[in-house]
Amino acid sequence: MSETTSGATSAQKASPAPPAPGSGASRRGAGHLLRWDVLVTALLLVVFLGGSFTSPSFASAGNLSFALGDLGEIALIALAMTMLVVAAEVDLSVASVLGLSSALVGSLWDAGWAIETIIPLVIVVGAVCGLVNGLLVTRLGLPSLAVTIGTMALYRGLAYVVLGDRAIAEFPQQYASLAVDDVPGTPIPYPVALFVVLAVVTAVVLHSTGFGRSLFAIGSQEEAAFFAGIRVKRIKLVLFVLSGTIAAFAGVVFTLRYGSARADNGVGIELAVIAAVLIGGVDFDGGKGTLGGVIAGVLLIGLLRNLLMLNDVTTEIQSVVTGLLLIVSVLTPRLAAVVRQRRRSPVP
Amino acid sequence: MVTKAPRRMASAVVAASLLVLGLAACGGTTKDSAASAAPAAPASSAPAKADPNAPIKEGLKIAFLPKQINNPYETIVDKAGIEAAAEYKGDAKEVGPSDASASSQVSYINTLTQQGHDAILIAANDANAVCGPLQQARAKGIKIVSYDSDASKDCRDIFINQANSEEIGRSQVKLLADMIDHKGEIAILSATANATNQNTWIEFMKDELTKPEYKDMKLVKVAYGDDDDQKSFQETQGLLQAYPDLKGIISPTTVGISAAARYISGSKYKGKVVLTGLGTPNQMRQFVKDDTVQKFALWNPKDLGYLASYAAAALASGQITGAEGEVLKAGKLGERTIGKDGEIILGPPFTFDAANIDQFDF
Repeated sequence: MSETTSGATSAQKASPAPPAPGSGASRRGAGHLLRWDVLVTALLLVVFLGGSFTSPSFASAGNLSFALGDLGEIALIALAMTMLVVAAEVDLSVASVLGLSSALVGSLWDAGWAIETIIPLVIVVGAVCGLVNGLLVTRLGLPSLAVTIGTMALYRGLAYVVLGDRAIAEFPQQYASLAVDDVPGTPIPYPVALFVVLAVVTAVVLHSTGFGRSLFAIGSQEEAAFFAGIRVKRIKLVLFVLSGTIAAFAGVVFTLRYGSARADNGVGIELAVIAAVLIGGVDFDGGKGTLGGVIAGVLLIGLLRNLLMLNDVTTEIQSVVTGLLLIVSVLTPRLAAVVRQRRRSPVP
Repeated sequence: MVTKAPRRMASAVVAASLLVLGLAACGGTTKDSAASAAPAAPASSAPAKADPNAPIKEGLKIAFLPKQINNPYETIVDKAGIEAAAEYKGDAKEVGPSDASASSQVSYINTLTQQGHDAILIAANDANAVCGPLQQARAKGIKIVSYDSDASKDCRDIFINQANSEEIGRSQVKLLADMIDHKGEIAILSATANATNQNTWIEFMKDELTKPEYKDMKLVKVAYGDDDDQKSFQETQGLLQAYPDLKGIISPTTVGISAAARYISGSKYKGKVVLTGLGTPNQMRQFVKDDTVQKFALWNPKDLGYLASYAAAALASGQITGAEGEVLKAGKLGERTIGKDGEIILGPPFTFDAANIDQFDF
């Protein structure tokens, strides 16, 4: 955060961040317990206990299995989104890629293609969508927010070109089961099991490898990272391709889970993903955050909604609660930083 | 090095896709092969015997799940259903998503299942997307009634259909014929040329017109306003100019009828050309009040909710099982016989006129 480089970096830190160096790494010491991702995990426990007390069926295996499965696509996409936001970028086109993927699955299936062909092909299309985002951001130097607002409309439009307003159903039972059924002997749906594996991989990559550290470096100070020898553009390109790929895969899961391929599938999911990432304590300006926090954030949003629904809280109030939570989660770390700074350097 | 990366990435993607396509040629599960191996339809929960004399159980917990909450039309339907539940001492509520997307109802179905309702009534956003969770609910003994918009027929017990196509088509002709004394040239202003429901209705209208009592009426044109307000407006203008002797227009689409009414109300044709069709009271109120339109039709949403509510109660009490030929006793609406595929038809479309239009707000 020290002003070693010129002010020309793309990600100017608007936050009154603490002057401590390497704020991307977790801060040990007195502030540790106040870390937002720890608080989110505590909040998650509160929700879980609250749910168990207020509704007899909340903690039942059937309900939790459903609630987890219902979060599957959001959780998968959040893995790539976490890495992007840590690197101070964002991908708003993920839900549209999901819809395009769903539309492709539907129209190709309807045209008599084999599902074994369709799935890899659709995932490649997702990678290409991500590549387009990445090239526009890295080659033309455009802000990812603007680029992906554009491709969000573009990919959703393509989804409608591919499938129109039709809905294609009747996928083979054995594949639908893969998106719905639980791993035998557990209440964990297959997509959730897959998520756990991918989450572990992502956590290791993000927090214990050079690649992961370079994401934090890019997010904290892109220019400094570049001069330190980090191949900033290439890494960002990889992240966008990854994001598109995962979104397309989530589209396949979504389609099979609902048994309905539609161009409008997953509308608005990108906001749920970004909300989960922010509630999980990742700084929208990049450079800060943990994957554990994001997973807690995804679970918190999902289980809180489930709890509210079981207690007959209306949809409108659910939105209010989620919105407030998001604002608090973005505000709290900033307030904490302000408080810390005041303590250190008393205002004259 | 930075500049090379994208090109390498792109070629990798291309190579990967070629590989995929190559592998794909080796076959796999396609729509056709899956269809032949499709599992038999899930056995319906224990073929219980209907007991028409069983009393409606008290305190039944039923829930309405509309396509979207805060939609005025669906609010009326569901409110009427909830009031009906009060008649049979049931406990009814309405829950639902704030957007009408395909998947948004699914988590509500799960919630209602977990809450242990006796019956769920759903206006499905997507016939298939809601199917899996509805099956799970049925496995727990919950009865499912779809209304307004059907779910796949193997995922629900009964579908309350607001009106059947034949009745809509024929009744529109009768409505217009009464207002023009069975005489003169008429035209139809439809939505798009390939709208399935519109075309079905129009076929029945044409068939109805072949009956002897309509021998003095002549259908001169079917125009298409594409369910676009401006296009419908222009098409109406075109019809009236092209056929100066036109006596009546049927517009069986809510967009078309209100656009046509707007044109006629401001033209010299007001009071000379009779307009009718399918519309909603709120759209048509001003044109009924200024005498542009005497009568138009749509089903009565209150009756729809009321009937659906009784169907849910009768299912949950064992009076009916949803089999063809069983008779549903629906309070003040009287009796309805269950048709093919568990379908119950609400009845003939409801006619709105100056005398009753103020009782409706949707």
